[in-house]
Amino acid sequence: MLAPVKVAVCMKEVPAAAAPKRIDPGTKRLDRSVEGALNDFDTHALEEALRLKDSAAETEVVVVSMAPERASESLRKALAMGADRVVLVSDEAAAGSDLVATTAVLAAALERESPDLTLFGQQAGDADGAVLWAAIADRLRLPMISQAASLELQDGKVRSKRQTEFGYDVLEAPLPCVVAVSDAINDPRYPSLKGIMGAKKKPQDVVSLADLGVEPGRAGEAGSRTAVLALAEPPSRGDSRRIEDDGGSAATEILSYLTERKLL
Amino acid sequence: MSILVYVEHHEGEPVKGALGVLSKAAQLDDEVTALVVGSGVEPLAESVGKHGAARVLVADDPSLEAALPQPRVDVLARLVTERGFGTVLFAATVLTADVAAGLAARLEAGLNWDLVDFTLEGGSLVGKRAALGDSVLVDVGWTSEPRLALVRSGTFEPVANGGQAEVERVPVELEEWSTRTAMVEQAHEERAGPSIEDADVIVAGGRGLGSPDKFGMLEDLAKALGGAVAATRAVVDAGWYPYATQVGQTGRSVTPKLYVACGISGAIQHKVGMQGSGTIVAINKDPNAPIFEYSDLAVVGDIHEIVPRLTDLVRQQRGA
Repeated sequence: MLAPVKVAVCMKEVPAAAAPKRIDPGTKRLDRSVEGALNDFDTHALEEALRLKDSAAETEVVVVSMAPERASESLRKALAMGADRVVLVSDEAAAGSDLVATTAVLAAALERESPDLTLFGQQAGDADGAVLWAAIADRLRLPMISQAASLELQDGKVRSKRQTEFGYDVLEAPLPCVVAVSDAINDPRYPSLKGIMGAKKKPQDVVSLADLGVEPGRAGEAGSRTAVLALAEPPSRGDSRRIEDDGGSAATEILSYLTERKLL
Repeated sequence: MSILVYVEHHEGEPVKGALGVLSKAAQLDDEVTALVVGSGVEPLAESVGKHGAARVLVADDPSLEAALPQPRVDVLARLVTERGFGTVLFAATVLTADVAAGLAARLEAGLNWDLVDFTLEGGSLVGKRAALGDSVLVDVGWTSEPRLALVRSGTFEPVANGGQAEVERVPVELEEWSTRTAMVEQAHEERAGPSIEDADVIVAGGRGLGSPDKFGMLEDLAKALGGAVAATRAVVDAGWYPYATQVGQTGRSVTPKLYVACGISGAIQHKVGMQGSGTIVAINKDPNAPIFEYSDLAVVGDIHEIVPRLTDLVRQQRGA
């Protein structure tokens, strides 16, 4: 039996897969007025936390998020999957936060929870960022493992396989620590009917920057050190052609295409 | 300007992407400094100097042997603060993304990532970032120094200008907490055949192949075209093909003249590893496969019918 631990899972709300994604030309921020959903990558981190809970029932799983208050709708899915409670940092002054501003706020929320293990997913599905955990670990002065394709907890240590460009490393870090998991680590569970019913009764604690003791100047655009200057259409790849195959006939067309372009 | 380029290395060689960023930075500023961090890495300074660095700083210490980010943040934070570098550039990899983000927090510095280009506009650094699945190009800037940037891997080709850099050893002092993560076992690369990073032609296979033995068909086509075979993460994870051939976010970034994608749907994680290819030909039976959105030639059809025929035709033409 594993000793119970407190696990924080950092989760983000992103535009739902079917929602149109656009950057608002006025604010130069991602338009978040569309339907939201949990960032898929983060559900792998939650699943890993729930597996720890499955093997040690006293384990507490807290979801920590920073978003407008209406994200509690999406976050209810995390509770339905099995998380115990949600801490949602929601504050007008946090809108438009870049990496340093976001992590100043999130680190304060995590410090208040003081978990043994803090988990992240491998990237944000909207901003394609894969940078939060390393900044959080630095702010909290905690050891860190990223791209974890496996996670074992034993004797107060986490052991993981880290997937890099060159293969798998095996890393070990003592608790408390920060781990970002790859989406190859597990298949997240679906919420059960019982879970969905129970989620409505689980606490969602909405906190402000003031509650966390974060100066408004450290969050939002005021606390950011980067800026979006302009938006443009990406350069097109040029003319692209499309052909439909009919019993292998496309092979001839591909050959002449490659020949025309002197690629043979 | 004072640019510092962080040069990652693997098995005794600087990584290609880092030399590419260095070469690009040297076009903007002829006083670019490079930093190499590791154990026994001083010999790398020569090759780094040839790619545009005026000066190479070397942090060489046994405590930096393992490819772990947090001790590297300690080294960088000290150097950037003491020497006042205005800009720090990284070629993005799993390791350098963690280094750059940790450094951003340590120095309260702005970090822009996924850059596909950077320029000087009126003396200020401006990054070009492809966002939302590359559907929009965003100009990004920084509101304070130092400015940190992660450049998408495979963006710039290294240019050897034959220069010679001044080499300087720098002291290494690590924080107690940043050395608590330990490397128990470092990855050993299994190399099969020629490296896909150097190939002019790549034939890549994904889940649409249906089974691992179908890679034989791709090997035949690759051989006929004089190229190498690559694979997506899904099929490497499934054990169908070796890790060294994996293209994508957690794999290699490749820029061949011709990339033939067979049975690959083309998720963003794969795209970032191959979109720098010259010509992209995709064959997939799903007419809505995302890969068709960034292919030069989109072929809707069954790879099992098309690929063997194409191989025969290429052999005939090349043999003739």
